Amino acid sequence: MTHMIVEQDNGQTSTGRISAEVRELAERPYQHGFVSDIDTDVIPKGLSEDVVRLISSKKNEPAWLLEWRLKAYRHWLTMEEPDWQNARYAPIDFQDIAYYAAPKPKPKLASMDEVDPELRAMFDKLGISLAEQERLSNVAVDAIVDSVSVATTYKTKLAEVGVIFCSFSEAVAEHPELVRANLGSVVPPRDNYFAALNSAVFSDGSFCYIPKGVRCPMELSTYFRINSAQTGQFERTLIVAEEGSYVSYLEGCTAPMRDENQLHAAVVELVAQQDAQIKYATVQNWYPGDAQGKGGIYNFVTKRGTCAGDRSKISWTQVETGSAITWKYPSVILKGDDSVGEFYSVALTAGYQQADTGSKMIHIGKGTTSTIVSKGISAGHGQNTYRGQVKVLRSAEGARNFTQCDSLLLGGDCGAHTFPYIEVKNPTAQVEHEASTSKIGEDQMFYCRQRGISAEDATSMIVNGFCREVFKELPMEFAVEAQRLLSVSLEGSVG
Amino acid sequence: MLHIENLHASIGGTPILRGLDLHINPGEVHAIMGPNGSGKSTLASILSGRSGYEVTGTVTYQGIDLLALEPEERAAAGVFLAFQYPVELPGVGNLYFLRTALNSIRTSRGLDVIDVRTFLEMADAAMQSVEMDQSLRSRSVNEGFSGGEKKRNEVLQMAILQPTLAILDETDSGLDIDALRIVAGGVNALRSPERSMLVITHYQRLLDYIVPDQVHVLAGGRIIRSGGKELASELEANGYSETVGEYATATGATRATGGST
Repeated sequence: MTHMIVEQDNGQTSTGRISAEVRELAERPYQHGFVSDIDTDVIPKGLSEDVVRLISSKKNEPAWLLEWRLKAYRHWLTMEEPDWQNARYAPIDFQDIAYYAAPKPKPKLASMDEVDPELRAMFDKLGISLAEQERLSNVAVDAIVDSVSVATTYKTKLAEVGVIFCSFSEAVAEHPELVRANLGSVVPPRDNYFAALNSAVFSDGSFCYIPKGVRCPMELSTYFRINSAQTGQFERTLIVAEEGSYVSYLEGCTAPMRDENQLHAAVVELVAQQDAQIKYATVQNWYPGDAQGKGGIYNFVTKRGTCAGDRSKISWTQVETGSAITWKYPSVILKGDDSVGEFYSVALTAGYQQADTGSKMIHIGKGTTSTIVSKGISAGHGQNTYRGQVKVLRSAEGARNFTQCDSLLLGGDCGAHTFPYIEVKNPTAQVEHEASTSKIGEDQMFYCRQRGISAEDATSMIVNGFCREVFKELPMEFAVEAQRLLSVSLEGSVG
Repeated sequence: MLHIENLHASIGGTPILRGLDLHINPGEVHAIMGPNGSGKSTLASILSGRSGYEVTGTVTYQGIDLLALEPEERAAAGVFLAFQYPVELPGVGNLYFLRTALNSIRTSRGLDVIDVRTFLEMADAAMQSVEMDQSLRSRSVNEGFSGGEKKRNEVLQMAILQPTLAILDETDSGLDIDALRIVAGGVNALRSPERSMLVITHYQRLLDYIVPDQVHVLAGGRIIRSGGKELASELEANGYSETVGEYATATGATRATGGST
């Protein structure tokens, strides 16, 4: 039904729309690849304790947070970069990255009108008009450029119901007790190599707190933008949903086209208390590199939620079309009895993109249920790996998991790989895993073409159909964007 | 309208059509009958542009060289194939697919696209005429459809796309008598002076409902007999082997039931 409603909204044939776009994009393969000329405060490249201290002092952080960063940094020094993921890339020189870049002067904003016009122009170009967002839509946006949050919309309206939605730095200054109680509670600084690095050098991110019994009155959204060259982006997102609350959260990501690879190592932590529900959706379109595989973002991200209370629910939905390499496993720790974890994913790898992505569901509470639906699409020389772990502990009486893992191959030079790990310690648990790999059939293509639909539009239609189960989990405006992105990313894959 | 001359087709060096000639005028309905393996479905595939065949000869349709066109270009030129085995497209909404097809064809003809409201009105009327369940509007194309539903869906698509040359490939196969009557009714409603039809079938049964202007017997890759609608009855009464004699024997065809090539 998503398809139908989307269609009605713009009253135009999808075929006409897609072809026009595909034509337009054929000349400009990655549409977000511009660089905005914004005066930026960048610290010199390199990583050391001094750099960690410098970041912390630039942000006027309390002593406990600096201490927390330093502990993470010292631990990171003892760790080795993981190499188990199914992706190939040259070793990262961590001394060749700048760890902090901020548009300057860093504005202290009372309203949207005070946002730097250059920044506003950049977000307008991305199709995210901050002013328009505030005026017209019912989505609150936090915009993050390079290392810092530049604008958050709708704050006043959210404050009326007690919802806190602000940049991470602001949260540290204004709600230190909430940050301190939850920071690192889901993804500890020692969790993994990139989480430790993030904990040491993270510069900003979004913070969101939904008080007890509150249903957040609008979608919350963060747009991430890497603008500066040779800069890493390390943001942290922390969402806390108190008892009986509900929030739906969206994130979108883009970056300029650059020849060198850029590292994005984010951490996202979600906490859902009793009867709370968090829906977290991502449309990731970082620059994927050029047709020869040069450049692009390394997207090494740790995303995890804890269903801390009984009957709580965390749902991850992701559409990954960008990045040279994607390495992430949005996970749910199901502690509360009868809590629910969900993961819906579409990952597309075209060109020379590599994705090693999937989910972890850790069942601890009784009667916990989880669902994993993963759709991997490989085109060109893309390599798409699903890696998932379902773990049922002894305590998880009556736990259930259903995993469905489908791969679609376009062409003969790409690959699809599946690594499911299942560990069950309670005999009453039910775990199901279904997997399929298919190609777009010649019969399907011929059927569409015989009805007058071009090969390119037919491919896009069949691929979108393949992803429908996941798209229907996305909020409407994101579903439209996701379908469009997919069509555009597949341009040139039909041959 | 459609002129096929000396059409030869083979797959991997094995000849299937061996010099087929056929001429259809506007408004005429022609039936092609023949035993299994005689090349009936191959003819449908070649006219609609399916790849994988080595083809020689000429096919002219409304003055254009049909064989030079891509499948979607043939569709835009008005050629429609009702598939013997309609294909499933998981996750692609049935009416979404049909509207995309309609607007693709209209766009390539330089016409305006049809808006959703108008389209749904068209589709509702057409669905009623083939007695299609409303639930099939939003289900995925042909996914989980019964045999009869799939064939009705083909006729629905034909009614919306309004082709000038409709090729029906064994549209009667897998249908019970009620479904056959509905499907044939849908096809008959589309008969018009501008529209030609090529009805491919193994059995005379379908031709009781869709009465042809001409009947051709295809055997051994050629049309070996042509006649009026009474030829179909003769075939039914006497069987292919008696009617086509050595051709059927030569191609190893039998009167076994079901399927086609």
